[in-house]
Amino acid sequence: MGGTLSLTPPDGARLVIEATTLDVRQGLRDLMRCPLIQDLSADCLGTTELVLAEALNNVVEHAYARYSGQIEVEVRRDPAQLRFHIADKGLPMPGAAPPTGRLPAVGAFEDLPEGGFGWFLIRSLSQDLAYRREGERNLLSFGVLVDTAAC
Amino acid sequence: MNLETEHQGEIILIRVLDDRIDAASAIQFKERMREIVAKPSTRVVLEMSNVGFLDSSGLGAVVAVMKALGPIRRLELSGLSPTVEKVFRLTRMDSVFIIHKSLPEALRRAG
Repeated sequence: MGGTLSLTPPDGARLVIEATTLDVRQGLRDLMRCPLIQDLSADCLGTTELVLAEALNNVVEHAYARYSGQIEVEVRRDPAQLRFHIADKGLPMPGAAPPTGRLPAVGAFEDLPEGGFGWFLIRSLSQDLAYRREGERNLLSFGVLVDTAAC
Repeated sequence: MNLETEHQGEIILIRVLDDRIDAASAIQFKERMREIVAKPSTRVVLEMSNVGFLDSSGLGAVVAVMKALGPIRRLELSGLSPTVEKVFRLTRMDSVFIIHKSLPEALRRAG
Protein backbone atom coordinates (compact mmCIF):
# COMPACT_ATOMS: atom_id res chain seq x y z
CA MET A 1 0.00 0.00 0.00
CA GLY A 2 1.03 3.62 -0.42
CA GLY A 3 0.85 6.03 -3.30
CA THR A 4 3.25 8.44 -4.86
CA LEU A 5 2.88 12.10 -4.07
CA SER A 6 4.93 14.53 -6.11
CA LEU A 7 4.94 18.27 -5.78
CA THR A 8 4.74 20.25 -8.99
CA PRO A 9 6.00 23.69 -8.00
CA PRO A 10 5.05 26.40 -7.58
CA ASP A 11 1.40 25.66 -7.01
CA GLY A 12 0.54 22.06 -7.71
CA ALA A 13 0.79 18.45 -6.54
CA ARG A 14 0.16 15.07 -8.11
CA LEU A 15 -0.82 11.85 -6.39
CA VAL A 16 -1.02 8.36 -7.88
CA ILE A 17 -2.64 5.61 -5.81
CA GLU A 18 -4.00 2.11 -6.22
CA ALA A 19 -7.81 2.05 -6.27
CA THR A 20 -8.54 0.66 -2.79
CA THR A 21 -10.23 2.36 0.13
CA LEU A 22 -7.08 1.97 2.26
CA ASP A 23 -4.93 3.61 -0.42
CA VAL A 24 -7.48 6.42 -0.68
CA ARG A 25 -7.20 6.94 3.07
CA GLN A 26 -3.39 7.06 2.99
CA GLY A 27 -3.37 9.24 -0.15
CA LEU A 28 -5.69 11.74 1.51
CA ARG A 29 -3.40 11.85 4.56
CA ASP A 30 -0.38 12.55 2.35
CA LEU A 31 -2.17 15.16 0.29
CA MET A 32 -3.67 17.02 3.27
CA ARG A 33 -0.15 17.39 4.70
CA CYS A 34 1.46 18.73 1.54
CA PRO A 35 2.57 22.39 1.61
CA LEU A 36 -0.01 23.38 -0.96
CA ILE A 37 -2.90 22.45 1.29
CA GLN A 38 -1.76 22.21 4.89
CA ASP A 39 -2.08 25.93 5.63
CA LEU A 40 -5.84 25.93 5.03
CA SER A 41 -8.12 26.51 8.00
CA ALA A 42 -9.36 23.37 9.76
CA ASP A 43 -12.82 23.88 8.24
CA CYS A 44 -11.48 24.18 4.69
CA LEU A 45 -9.19 21.19 5.20
CA GLY A 46 -12.15 19.14 6.42
CA THR A 47 -14.30 20.15 3.45
CA THR A 48 -11.49 19.48 0.97
CA GLU A 49 -10.74 16.05 2.43
CA LEU A 50 -14.44 15.15 2.43
CA VAL A 51 -15.11 16.09 -1.22
CA LEU A 52 -11.95 14.38 -2.36
CA ALA A 53 -12.68 11.25 -0.31
CA GLU A 54 -16.15 10.97 -1.84
CA ALA A 55 -14.83 11.41 -5.38
CA LEU A 56 -11.99 8.89 -4.93
CA ASN A 57 -14.07 6.26 -3.14
CA ASN A 58 -16.65 6.50 -5.92
CA VAL A 59 -13.91 5.58 -8.37
CA VAL A 60 -12.89 2.62 -6.16
CA GLU A 61 -16.46 1.38 -5.69
CA HIS A 62 -17.93 2.06 -9.13
CA ALA A 63 -15.38 2.71 -11.91
CA TYR A 64 -13.12 -0.06 -10.57
CA ALA A 65 -15.93 -2.23 -9.19
CA ARG A 66 -14.76 -5.11 -11.40
CA TYR A 67 -11.12 -4.19 -11.95
CA SER A 68 -8.12 -3.03 -10.05
CA GLY A 69 -6.23 -0.04 -11.29
CA GLN A 70 -4.77 3.31 -10.43
CA ILE A 71 -6.19 6.74 -9.73
CA GLU A 72 -4.33 9.94 -10.53
CA VAL A 73 -5.09 13.13 -8.68
CA GLU A 74 -3.72 16.48 -9.75
CA VAL A 75 -4.33 19.58 -7.71
CA ARG A 76 -3.53 23.19 -8.46
CA ARG A 77 -4.09 26.09 -6.17
CA ASP A 78 -5.14 29.55 -7.18
CA PRO A 79 -6.11 32.38 -4.81
CA ALA A 80 -9.74 31.35 -4.61
CA GLN A 81 -9.78 27.58 -4.83
CA LEU A 82 -8.07 24.23 -5.02
CA ARG A 83 -8.77 22.72 -8.40
CA PHE A 84 -8.74 18.91 -8.55
CA HIS A 85 -8.42 16.71 -11.63
CA ILE A 86 -9.04 13.00 -11.08
CA ALA A 87 -8.32 10.38 -13.75
CA ASP A 88 -8.96 6.63 -13.81
CA LYS A 89 -9.18 3.86 -16.38
CA GLY A 90 -12.28 2.17 -14.97
CA LEU A 91 -15.83 1.89 -16.22
CA PRO A 92 -17.46 5.07 -17.52
CA MET A 93 -20.12 6.80 -15.47
CA PRO A 94 -23.63 5.56 -16.34
CA GLY A 95 -25.28 7.99 -18.72
CA ALA A 96 -21.89 9.64 -19.26
CA ALA A 97 -22.64 12.07 -16.44
CA PRO A 98 -22.09 12.27 -12.69
CA PRO A 99 -25.20 11.43 -10.62
CA THR A 100 -27.44 14.37 -9.74
CA GLY A 101 -26.83 13.75 -6.06
CA ARG A 102 -30.31 14.38 -4.79
CA LEU A 103 -30.47 14.10 -1.01
CA PRO A 104 -32.13 10.82 0.04
CA ALA A 105 -35.46 11.46 1.75
CA VAL A 106 -35.65 11.03 5.51
CA GLY A 107 -38.74 8.87 5.85
CA ALA A 108 -39.91 6.24 8.27
CA PHE A 109 -37.39 4.88 10.76
CA GLU A 110 -36.92 1.54 9.04
CA ASP A 111 -36.40 3.29 5.69
CA LEU A 112 -33.70 5.71 6.83
CA PRO A 113 -31.13 5.98 4.03
CA GLU A 114 -27.78 4.28 4.61
CA GLY A 115 -26.25 5.50 1.36
CA GLY A 116 -26.69 7.89 -1.51
CA PHE A 117 -25.04 10.79 0.33
CA GLY A 118 -21.76 10.84 -1.59
CA TRP A 119 -22.70 12.79 -4.71
CA PHE A 120 -24.94 15.06 -2.68
CA LEU A 121 -21.90 16.04 -0.58
CA ILE A 122 -19.66 16.45 -3.62
CA ARG A 123 -22.18 18.66 -5.40
CA SER A 124 -22.94 20.67 -2.25
CA LEU A 125 -19.32 21.40 -1.42
CA SER A 126 -17.59 21.76 -4.80
CA GLN A 127 -17.55 24.23 -7.67
CA ASP A 128 -17.66 23.75 -11.44
CA LEU A 129 -17.93 19.98 -11.45
CA ALA A 130 -17.05 18.54 -14.86
CA TYR A 131 -16.83 14.98 -16.18
CA ARG A 132 -15.81 13.55 -19.50
CA ARG A 133 -14.76 10.23 -20.94
CA GLU A 134 -11.60 10.50 -22.98
CA GLY A 135 -10.67 7.23 -24.69
CA GLU A 136 -10.31 4.69 -21.89
CA ARG A 137 -10.16 7.30 -19.14
CA ASN A 138 -12.65 9.01 -16.87
CA LEU A 139 -11.72 12.62 -16.15
CA LEU A 140 -13.45 14.40 -13.29
CA SER A 141 -12.61 17.90 -12.16
CA PHE A 142 -13.96 20.24 -9.51
CA GLY A 143 -12.90 23.12 -7.31
CA VAL A 144 -13.07 23.58 -3.55
CA LEU A 145 -13.10 27.16 -2.28
CA VAL A 146 -10.29 27.93 0.14
CA ASP A 147 -11.70 31.11 1.64
CA THR A 148 -12.53 30.25 5.25
CA ALA A 149 -15.90 31.99 5.02
CA ALA A 150 -16.91 29.57 2.25
CA CYS A 151 -15.84 26.29 3.85
CA MET B 1 -11.74 -0.25 14.19
CA ASN B 2 -11.05 0.34 17.87
CA LEU B 3 -14.07 0.82 20.10
CA GLU B 4 -14.13 0.97 23.89
CA THR B 5 -17.35 -0.09 25.57
CA GLU B 6 -18.53 0.81 29.03
CA HIS B 7 -21.77 -0.27 30.65
CA GLN B 8 -23.07 2.32 33.10
CA GLY B 9 -26.35 1.09 34.54
CA GLU B 10 -28.90 1.13 31.74
CA ILE B 11 -26.57 2.97 29.38
CA ILE B 12 -24.06 1.55 26.93
CA LEU B 13 -21.33 4.08 26.28
CA ILE B 14 -19.10 3.40 23.28
CA ARG B 15 -16.01 5.46 22.60
CA VAL B 16 -14.57 5.47 19.11
CA LEU B 17 -10.78 5.35 19.54
CA ASP B 18 -9.96 5.63 15.80
CA ASP B 19 -9.64 9.08 14.26
CA ARG B 20 -11.82 8.31 11.26
CA ILE B 21 -14.89 6.35 10.17
CA ASP B 22 -14.46 6.14 6.42
CA ALA B 23 -15.00 3.87 3.43
CA ALA B 24 -12.11 1.67 4.61
CA SER B 25 -13.54 1.08 8.09
CA ALA B 26 -17.31 1.59 7.80
CA ILE B 27 -18.23 -2.09 7.45
CA GLN B 28 -16.10 -3.13 10.39
CA PHE B 29 -17.49 -0.27 12.48
CA LYS B 30 -21.04 -1.35 11.65
CA GLU B 31 -20.38 -5.00 12.52
CA ARG B 32 -18.63 -4.23 15.82
CA MET B 33 -21.36 -1.80 16.82
CA ARG B 34 -24.14 -4.27 16.01
CA GLU B 35 -22.52 -6.84 18.33
CA ILE B 36 -22.19 -4.27 21.11
CA VAL B 37 -25.74 -2.91 20.93
CA ALA B 38 -27.25 -6.40 20.76
CA LYS B 39 -27.09 -6.29 24.58
CA PRO B 40 -30.18 -4.74 26.11
CA SER B 41 -29.95 -1.19 27.46
CA THR B 42 -32.23 1.81 27.64
CA ARG B 43 -29.72 4.20 26.04
CA VAL B 44 -26.79 3.90 23.64
CA VAL B 45 -24.30 6.76 23.53
CA LEU B 46 -21.54 6.93 20.91
CA GLU B 47 -18.69 9.19 21.96
CA MET B 48 -16.96 10.49 18.82
CA SER B 49 -14.60 13.22 19.98
CA ASN B 50 -11.57 11.33 18.60
CA VAL B 51 -13.16 11.17 15.15
CA GLY B 52 -11.89 14.00 12.98
CA PHE B 53 -13.20 12.62 9.71
CA LEU B 54 -16.39 10.86 8.66
CA ASP B 55 -17.36 10.34 5.02
CA SER B 56 -20.64 9.20 3.43
CA SER B 57 -19.79 5.54 4.06
CA GLY B 58 -19.17 6.34 7.72
CA LEU B 59 -22.44 8.25 7.89
CA GLY B 60 -24.29 5.32 6.32
CA ALA B 61 -22.75 2.99 8.91
CA VAL B 62 -23.87 5.21 11.80
CA VAL B 63 -27.41 5.26 10.35
CA ALA B 64 -27.32 1.46 10.01
CA VAL B 65 -26.35 1.15 13.69
CA MET B 66 -29.24 3.39 14.65
CA LYS B 67 -31.61 1.12 12.72
CA ALA B 68 -30.10 -1.93 14.45
CA LEU B 69 -31.18 -0.42 17.78
CA GLY B 70 -34.81 -0.86 16.77
CA PRO B 71 -37.57 1.72 16.96
CA ILE B 72 -37.48 2.34 20.74
CA ARG B 73 -33.83 3.26 21.38
CA ARG B 74 -32.32 6.19 19.53
CA LEU B 75 -28.60 6.47 18.98
CA GLU B 76 -27.12 9.36 20.92
CA LEU B 77 -23.96 10.99 19.54
CA SER B 78 -21.51 13.09 21.48
CA GLY B 79 -18.39 15.12 20.74
CA LEU B 80 -18.82 15.72 16.99
CA SER B 81 -15.93 17.67 15.47
CA PRO B 82 -16.95 20.62 13.26
CA THR B 83 -16.22 18.64 10.08
CA VAL B 84 -18.17 15.61 11.27
CA GLU B 85 -21.05 17.78 12.47
CA LYS B 86 -21.16 19.40 9.03
CA VAL B 87 -21.73 16.02 7.34
CA PHE B 88 -24.70 15.32 9.63
CA ARG B 89 -26.09 18.83 9.14
CA LEU B 90 -25.78 18.97 5.33
CA THR B 91 -27.44 15.57 4.90
CA ARG B 92 -30.12 16.49 7.48
CA MET B 93 -29.21 13.41 9.46
CA ASP B 94 -28.73 15.69 12.48
CA SER B 95 -32.51 15.51 12.89
CA VAL B 96 -32.45 11.73 13.20
CA PHE B 97 -30.01 11.38 16.09
CA ILE B 98 -29.87 12.85 19.57
CA ILE B 99 -26.70 14.95 19.40
CA HIS B 100 -24.93 16.09 22.57
CA LYS B 101 -22.27 18.82 22.40
CA SER B 102 -20.21 16.82 24.86
CA LEU B 103 -20.66 13.69 26.91
CA PRO B 104 -23.83 13.92 29.02
CA GLU B 105 -23.05 14.87 32.62
CA ALA B 106 -24.28 11.52 33.93
CA LEU B 107 -21.70 9.67 31.86
CA ARG B 108 -18.57 11.63 32.68
CA ARG B 109 -16.05 9.70 34.67
CA ALA B 110 -15.50 11.00 38.17
CA GLY B 111 -12.08 12.65 38.55
